[in-house]
Amino acid sequence: MKDFTELSCMQLDALREIGNIGAGNAATALAQLVQAKIDMSVPEVSILPFDDVAKLVGGADVPVCGLYFAVSGSITGSILFMLPIERANLLVDMVLGRNAGETAAGISGELEASVIMEVGNIISATYLNALSYFTKLRLLTSVPALATDMAGAILNGVLAQVGGVVDDVLVLKTMFTREDRDIVGHFFMMPDSESLSTILQALGVNC
Amino acid sequence: MDNIIQVGMAELKIATAPNKLLTAGLGSCIGICVCSPAHQFGALAHIMLPSSTQSKKAHNKAKFADTAVDLIMEEMIKNGVNVSKLYAKIAGGAQMFKFVGESSIMNIGQRNALAVEEHLKRIGIKIAARDTGGNFGRTIVFDPKTGDLKIRTIGHGERTI
Repeated sequence: MKDFTELSCMQLDALREIGNIGAGNAATALAQLVQAKIDMSVPEVSILPFDDVAKLVGGADVPVCGLYFAVSGSITGSILFMLPIERANLLVDMVLGRNAGETAAGISGELEASVIMEVGNIISATYLNALSYFTKLRLLTSVPALATDMAGAILNGVLAQVGGVVDDVLVLKTMFTREDRDIVGHFFMMPDSESLSTILQALGVNC
Repeated sequence: MDNIIQVGMAELKIATAPNKLLTAGLGSCIGICVCSPAHQFGALAHIMLPSSTQSKKAHNKAKFADTAVDLIMEEMIKNGVNVSKLYAKIAGGAQMFKFVGESSIMNIGQRNALAVEEHLKRIGIKIAARDTGGNFGRTIVFDPKTGDLKIRTIGHGERTI
């Protein structure tokens, strides 16, 4: 399989299910870290033209805090965790036990940046561990790369890596929320198109 | 009433004054703006990659620096513009992430900027102004009437080139 648009309904369902397993474990890890109830949205699986990916977080010029991880091992791909800036600040407050609103200066400080990167590390590692356990594939993540800027700008370089091969990306998206209301962040898993048949085979839906 | 035409990632659009062209959230991508002041006509391409020759799937010409400048030239000729009077303004080509290990994501912005300059020179379009590099995103608005390119950033100021 070379093209995401050739995926059948059953295959999309199987991919949604791995998103579900990964995100469920990541939500639990996040909840333990911040000592609060963390919910997750039903994972969405979409095949999107490049330009539409930024719309999932509100538009190309929306300011966000973005964490990027390269996925390697049996498959290759990208993980992006994007949080609205004020949410990133709140997350830092929660992890450091500060009062809400204390990290108002943004995550420009070294401590704040490492807190956010550590949260990203835990979420992406938990997500991939669950995936790895379920699919028996070997999955590794890189160290996190952090940028705080426009959502589109952050996506550019990540999408450019696959841009030579495809015009669309497969996005597994989950939204984490705290106590049903506050959005914590958007989690994207984007497997490269070459890795798709490996994943489908591991799930037993390669046809 | 002026219309603002949105140009997405890997797209090319044209506009006649008083319409303007906008592309949001340029990171490592580059916005190539070309206009002919005499015709009040302009084009904006939002390219993602330096070269179509290294690509297995190169049918979208607006995605690559080399094919996008050719496409801009085609549009100019098709719309009856005197191509000897064209000039370009470019913005983008940033490196958004500080550290990404061995990944090619590292210098894609810089490679894009070099490729855009090279190919504009190849087809004989002069670069009148540029705002490339850095580690921040840019949203740009191009006015084919004046040739002004307005650049907005988050925390790195606003300017018109």
